[in-house]
Amino acid sequence: MNRALRQLFLALVLIFLASPIVVVGGVSLNEKKSLYFPPQGFSLNWYVELFTESAWLVPIENSMIIATLSSLAAISIALPLAYFLWRYRVFYARALFMLGIAPFMLPPVITALGFLTFWATVGLYGQMVATIVSHAIFFVTLPLVTISLGFESIDREFIEAAETMGADSKAVFRTVVFPMVRSYMVSGYAFCFVLSLNEYIVAYMVSGFTVETLPIKIFNALRYGYTPVMAAVTIFFVLLAALIFGLIGRFGDLPRLMGALAPESRNA
Amino acid sequence: MIEDKPKGLRALLPILYPAVTLVVFFVIPFGIMLAVSFFEREPGGFYTTDFSIDNYGNLFTELFGRVLVFSIFISALCAVICVAVGFPFTYFITRMRRKAQVVWLVILVSVLSLSAVIVAFAWSLLLSQTAGISNLFVWLGLMGKPVSWSPGFWALTAGMCYIAFPYTVLVLYPPLSRLDPHLPEAAQTLGASPVTTFFTVVLGSLRSAIVATLIMVFAFTLGTYLIPQILGRPQHWTLSVLITDEAVYHSNLPLASAMAVFFMVVSLALVGLTMLIGKSRGPAAR
Repeated sequence: MNRALRQLFLALVLIFLASPIVVVGGVSLNEKKSLYFPPQGFSLNWYVELFTESAWLVPIENSMIIATLSSLAAISIALPLAYFLWRYRVFYARALFMLGIAPFMLPPVITALGFLTFWATVGLYGQMVATIVSHAIFFVTLPLVTISLGFESIDREFIEAAETMGADSKAVFRTVVFPMVRSYMVSGYAFCFVLSLNEYIVAYMVSGFTVETLPIKIFNALRYGYTPVMAAVTIFFVLLAALIFGLIGRFGDLPRLMGALAPESRNA
Repeated sequence: MIEDKPKGLRALLPILYPAVTLVVFFVIPFGIMLAVSFFEREPGGFYTTDFSIDNYGNLFTELFGRVLVFSIFISALCAVICVAVGFPFTYFITRMRRKAQVVWLVILVSVLSLSAVIVAFAWSLLLSQTAGISNLFVWLGLMGKPVSWSPGFWALTAGMCYIAFPYTVLVLYPPLSRLDPHLPEAAQTLGASPVTTFFTVVLGSLRSAIVATLIMVFAFTLGTYLIPQILGRPQHWTLSVLITDEAVYHSNLPLASAMAVFFMVVSLALVGLTMLIGKSRGPAAR
């Protein structure tokens, strides 16, 4: 295909992806409480408001707590499962793996409603712990897939070598296996963290009225009219995602992770 | 260390915790939801445990039918747009140097991870009267005065495509990067132009991957919940909005569960279809 045409096509896609964010970035710099682009005047007050007003600080704190703990819980479920599946090729481990993939494959509203009925029945509806556990299960797919990939990348000869030298399975895990899957755990954690931070429907259904996360706060605020603060939050989210995924791209194997995360190859 | 079967109960210990958590927090909630769809609503509370199939009977109202048809229509439209643009785009990416690929992947994953609230907000600003692109057109002299294009059908389509596009590329990325580079080269050696090569060799050998991607993207957009509420008008609401509305505002968990079960059956059928297509894939696609 013609080189110039190809560049034009790629540029158009980039414009499509970037233009909403550019406009939001401009709007977040407006001096007065108005939504003009290009911005009228220049001020960073809306960013200051985001990190000083308790109306925004509380949701930020909630979201951070939920994302930190739920990703940790997701890793704690994914690591032993991926390890077991790698070590023993038994059908029930594979069945559990499929179960770990399922929440991610279904339309989110279905999983969310499942959680809602569950927590309502158990009596924890509206508690933060319900959101944390729900997010951990909802996003367990990501660390499960990345960590499994990490296990598969281990050269079996290393393990045989360690065993020949007299290491028992605990020592092999601690000194050979774990250091090699560690970077995959970090990637899995990062994916989980960013997605949990951005997740709306599960958090909303499980305890949206009592535990306000940042996306819920934004949506609620939208109903009372748009302000430049929302534009500031958006830029905050974009930068955070770009930073975290940029780091994975820099230090991890993103093309390989993408190959494994895509549902098409998961089915195969 | 790699064995066929775990020896002894101690070896089973690592899987115990994942098994318990997944069963308690995923299988059981699903079971409860399934059960609740057969229960009766209790005004003021959640539900009573009287068995009935009324919820499924009440499912097929005119509103539900209209929303279902619209959801399917807009999701299919977005899937077609995203795959039509995403396929050549992904093909170009997979032919780039590794570093350039990583940069594009970082951009795509970052966009994909953005909350739908944020995407909808950003698009409504982009299409608004005060900050929107119509100002650019006015400045260029193409339009008389700035107008607002949101909410509306095309605003909704743009927002949904924005969310679905990175997903499409990430689904297409593995099969396209696995495509043997010798195939297009051979076609060009034999005299085919790059355009002909793309349409006959590349498109042809990945036909089933394209169909599978169409279905995946369709199922993905079927789940959108927030975008129709911000970028669409009430007649543009999707099934997800209806289910949430029923569960949260009308507190009718049984009816919402019945809708969700119905929705799940439709989605599972789609996933099953994808797997079938994936299995019958030709050798060229590997």
